[in-house]
Amino acid sequence: MHNRVALLMVLAAAVAAMALPFLGFAPNRLLSGRPVPLWAAVQGLGGAAALLPGLVLLATPFLRPTRAGIGLTVAAGGLFTAGLVWLAGAQAAALAQGASAAARTSFASGFWVMAAAGLLTAIDAARRLGLGAIGRMAVGGAVAALVALQLASGHLDALSILKEYANRREIFADAVLRHATLVVAALVPTLLIGIPLGVAAHRVQAVGRAVFPVLNVVQTVPSIALFGLLMAPLAALGAMLPGTGISGVGPLPAVIALTLYSLLPIVRNTAVGLDGVPAPVREAARGMGLTPRQIFLRVDLPLALPVFLSGLRITVVQAVGLAAVAALIGAGGLGAIMFQGLFANALDLVLLGAVPVILLAVAADALLSIGIAAATHSIGVLPGKSAP
Amino acid sequence: MTGAGMAPRDFLTDRLMLGLVVLVALVLGMPSLKPLFATLFPRLDRPLYEAESFVSLTLDHMALVGASSLAAIMLGGGAGIAVTRPWGREFRGLLETVATMGQTFPPVAVLALAVPVMGFGPEPALIALTLYALLPVVENTVAGLDGVPAPVLDSARGLGMGPAEVLFRVELPLAAPVILAGIRTAVIINVGTAAIASTVGAKTLGLPIIVGLNGSNQAYVIQGALIVAALAVVIDAGFDRLAGWLTRWSQR
Repeated sequence: MHNRVALLMVLAAAVAAMALPFLGFAPNRLLSGRPVPLWAAVQGLGGAAALLPGLVLLATPFLRPTRAGIGLTVAAGGLFTAGLVWLAGAQAAALAQGASAAARTSFASGFWVMAAAGLLTAIDAARRLGLGAIGRMAVGGAVAALVALQLASGHLDALSILKEYANRREIFADAVLRHATLVVAALVPTLLIGIPLGVAAHRVQAVGRAVFPVLNVVQTVPSIALFGLLMAPLAALGAMLPGTGISGVGPLPAVIALTLYSLLPIVRNTAVGLDGVPAPVREAARGMGLTPRQIFLRVDLPLALPVFLSGLRITVVQAVGLAAVAALIGAGGLGAIMFQGLFANALDLVLLGAVPVILLAVAADALLSIGIAAATHSIGVLPGKSAP
Repeated sequence: MTGAGMAPRDFLTDRLMLGLVVLVALVLGMPSLKPLFATLFPRLDRPLYEAESFVSLTLDHMALVGASSLAAIMLGGGAGIAVTRPWGREFRGLLETVATMGQTFPPVAVLALAVPVMGFGPEPALIALTLYALLPVVENTVAGLDGVPAPVLDSARGLGMGPAEVLFRVELPLAAPVILAGIRTAVIINVGTAAIASTVGAKTLGLPIIVGLNGSNQAYVIQGALIVAALAVVIDAGFDRLAGWLTRWSQR
């Protein structure tokens, strides 16, 4: 026994394979489906080949912890997950033959457990190989690419989530665009207000003492309540100023609320980042004859950048989620698809809204993590954070 | 601090007491504000949400948040302790990966995804809230236990303490402020997510908001929003107070 994490994951996957439904097959999207177990979904040579990484995965807990052994574990875990997706697509296509067009095949709990077990085994093994956060992200990215390839080839088209997508291709594209627009529209005022406020909080303590308690309380108020409380004042304002397009519902209250939530991480991390610039470095720059402006641009900014960027990462990931809630006040976006599904009891529609929200958040997180790593790298190892 | 000899001015600047008074007044007194809402929104037939009492909605809301947070504290705290023991160290990387990755998932999306798996009702809300609350609890339990200085552990062992004694009498008390910060994050997120859980069939303070939004009844929206906002602020202030006590206690 060399890898107890892999053992736990293999056991979870094995139990899920035997006891939980792999897919659900329903005559239409409103009825609940009958379960399709994994063994029934494996058909022909292709199906057996797709499960081959699963057989290798069974052996991974016992592989010696050499580079080759751990490398094989990474590959087996990742390919197992990608293979499960392939299997689901193939089985959905098989079930669609001879069934009505309204028939639906969706992922069931067994699929989710097994897919997560494979992915987590791969990512954990990548950590054992000594890969950093970026390397582990690359492993996740490789699995995502294999799934994207199947998606692009049309292999998954018979699955219910893609049938929902096919039914509302344009609405979906609009929703993604609208969602991203909401996040960016909130980001612009956030940065314009937040960065100067953060610089001020760094330079004058009283500013920080006045601003942070307010922003903290805002962060505490649940999003749905803040959206709701902004509605009435904005509606009243819109009634007083006809023709300005100000309204209590739609994108305006959403962007205002998103901005209010986004300010705290930006202001805080701008101030903390600047606070962290060592005084001797500033003095050395002054000694070299740099003007205050040059010191700010060439010393303070690059040194504070990693901390600022981690604030930006928190802000963007949070805003992607909050923008989904904003659909409740008519702001549109992916949340609109998600809530439409919830209110109409159309669960595939819920997936079509919720899964892209998660993917957007994960993608934003990954991109900004890479940016943070690059910014940290470019200024070298920070003092006090040197490796032992 | 909250003794009997408190001056009225202290009482007014005390965020917790003030918030509590406002919250109780809102929950109990909302029905008597009916005329006010009727004046503010003259076009509404029903200016007050009366399908359920605000008292029962508030209690249901708090029960959902309490149950999910308690489950998350037990499971997350247990997992955090397990991976910082010698026998569980191998699982630490896995747990940290799940905690960091999971926290990038928006809570509302996790809530929505619980429905296809479990159906509508309070159960998917309970499970989704528990799962989401686990992550900050796990993260901070591990960080808090990590932060206990090695010399302190060594001297505790030198005094003849067994592993369980070291954990309960040295490690957990010293890590308590950090763990509490994680619990606070989890509970505050849960108060907000529980409100949205009304869209998946749980009866919470989000219900008047959702009903109001769907039926263009702004009065309902304001009534639900005011109470849920006050509840969140009061709970946050309560954690603030608790954190102050705990820091003083663990530094003794």
